[in-house]
Amino acid sequence: MDRRSVLRAACTWAAAAGIGALAVTSALAEDTVKIGVVSHKTGPLAGGEAVTHTPNIEMWVKQVNDRGGLKVDGGQKKIELIDYDDKTNPAEHIKAVQRLATQDKVDFMLSPYGTGFNVAAAPIYAKYGYPLIAVSAITDKIPELASRFPNMFFTLGSTTGFVEGARDTLVGLRDAGVIGNRIAMVNVADAFGIELADVARPMLTEAGFEIVYDKSYPLGTPDLSPIIKGAKAAEPDAFVAWSYPPDTFGLTEQAIIEDLDVNAYYTAVATAFPAFSAKFGSKIEGNLGAGGVNPDTPAMQAYREEHKAVTGKEPDYWASATYYASLQILEQAIEGVGTLDRQAVIDYIKTHTFDTVIGPVSFDENNNSERYWSVGQWRDGVFRAVADTGMGDSVKPVAKDGWN
Amino acid sequence: MDILISGLLLGGTYALIAMGLNLQYGVARIMNLANGEMLVLGGLAAFWLFVADGLSPIATVFLVAPLAFAGNWLIYRLLIRPLVRRAKTQGQLDVDSILSTFGMSFIFVGLMVTIHGEYFTYSYLADPFSILGTTVAVNRLVAFIAAVAIGAAICFWLYRTQSGTAVRAVSVSTEAAGLVGINVERVSAFAFAIGGAVTAVGGTLISTFITLDASMGVIFTMKALIIVIMGGVGDIRGAIIAALLLGLVETAVATIIDPGLTLVAAYVIFLSVLLFRPQGLFGRRAS
Repeated sequence: MDRRSVLRAACTWAAAAGIGALAVTSALAEDTVKIGVVSHKTGPLAGGEAVTHTPNIEMWVKQVNDRGGLKVDGGQKKIELIDYDDKTNPAEHIKAVQRLATQDKVDFMLSPYGTGFNVAAAPIYAKYGYPLIAVSAITDKIPELASRFPNMFFTLGSTTGFVEGARDTLVGLRDAGVIGNRIAMVNVADAFGIELADVARPMLTEAGFEIVYDKSYPLGTPDLSPIIKGAKAAEPDAFVAWSYPPDTFGLTEQAIIEDLDVNAYYTAVATAFPAFSAKFGSKIEGNLGAGGVNPDTPAMQAYREEHKAVTGKEPDYWASATYYASLQILEQAIEGVGTLDRQAVIDYIKTHTFDTVIGPVSFDENNNSERYWSVGQWRDGVFRAVADTGMGDSVKPVAKDGWN
Repeated sequence: MDILISGLLLGGTYALIAMGLNLQYGVARIMNLANGEMLVLGGLAAFWLFVADGLSPIATVFLVAPLAFAGNWLIYRLLIRPLVRRAKTQGQLDVDSILSTFGMSFIFVGLMVTIHGEYFTYSYLADPFSILGTTVAVNRLVAFIAAVAIGAAICFWLYRTQSGTAVRAVSVSTEAAGLVGINVERVSAFAFAIGGAVTAVGGTLISTFITLDASMGVIFTMKALIIVIMGGVGDIRGAIIAALLLGLVETAVATIIDPGLTLVAAYVIFLSVLLFRPQGLFGRRAS
């Protein structure tokens, strides 16, 4: 057998293996509200999904069912969760969403993890009239997407809003005399990293910063030390990395090893993860990163305690709470309408304000919630928001004082 | 100097990734697509024991090695040997082993996701160490030293001992080796098990400085394949040289030109080896 037939056999097998998606059904009562979700149980985004989405879904379903279920049709119906794995593969994802809509005929669907997956699934949600309350989807195309898919809502902000948060934080630190003008900026050469870097480059320059080191690195780079060495050699005052989880960990470890002496150090995705502070302990005191929350509100404190109690782990300090808020919005909208009429629920979401763990949430004409935290800073083991859009409860950023 | 030292350390990492597959494919003739998962499994063991019991990954190595050896030996006996026996040609065996190990990789991923679906990240020996003015991480240095030790041990075994000679004989020709009285099946099972153990130990060491997750195995399988093919199938020296070369080139490109071009550089060398020396650096020309 030649090499080509080997390859063909391997491909056929790959395709066949893909069909056997994993279905988990939690309750089989007759009269339930079926809720579907397609998640990344395996594949590159599985680690993030397992931190930010899955525990919240588990907790929410348990809470709603413990209190008797969703109040619809004059009674109460428990939630039946239908969950498929897509292996972080967009084609698999679309197939599974289609299956939820046409075969399982679920009543509602929860949003997927990752901007690309939200955008890829949006047409199917729209076709079958499901509301899509996107969380882990940060993009500057919100107005276009909302006009094409009137059923799609956004809760975690735009790319520009995010970079503005980082810029404002850096400007604030510069005005306070903590840092100078020199910024070293790196990004992972993948969708979100590239988009953020492209927005940040002109924005930081316009704010009067000088970008003294500006490089990208491929996803999954095993040795990030040349990047930190290069950045260090450029003698920056601040270091900004538009990074993904594995490189957020890797860059920070190298920065500690190289003793990258900057008074502002920013990494993007996963800085807000509990695993980040578990790994580095007190060394990351003063580290900046994407996300942040206000940990002091009673709602947030109750949420964090409940999350720990139900799932056994801490929520992250960023999209965890927002994802839970998206579930609260769906719950309140369904109960507000009082039936499982999806179009009515979509209209309800557009026109009402929801009381959630991140405070009141309502949507503007672009189906966008302009209330989110964008930059957090590690302070005494808590990742506090230091920049936000519309929240107004961020604290002032402080200087990072060495890696101790 | 920076480039030389960082590059050699990265090369050591790559050698850890590839040496096991080289034994499995070169000697046992099993194209093991679950190789990367075996590596990540070693990393998961280190993470799990470190976080739960505070056990040092170095100690975990001595736990993982015999376990992985036994596990891989069983895999060979139970899953692979029937394929070897029924295969009429090497091509047929390739197809069958690719399919079955590909399936196996899913089982491993599923297993690991149920154990820990998040990132396997922890801090161990993440301290600076200065060699000739270059700062390196102690955990990388430890992995490099282990890679050198493992590589040297395997080379010594293959080229200086009788059982190693038998292994090399099998890698040259299973028929001829059988004719001179070598128990080909036993040698193959042994090589497969040793290969699996080396890979898992590599994963344990690598997990101290690279954040792994359950689904990451395929990346390491790809890298290992590239290195094994570049070095020449069945020659451990080739794999080691290819790994060091790749590490040096990637670090040089990242430092001098642009970190964004490391992957490009890796594939350029890979392609040029395929073009100009298709049997690999140390490979034998197909007769």
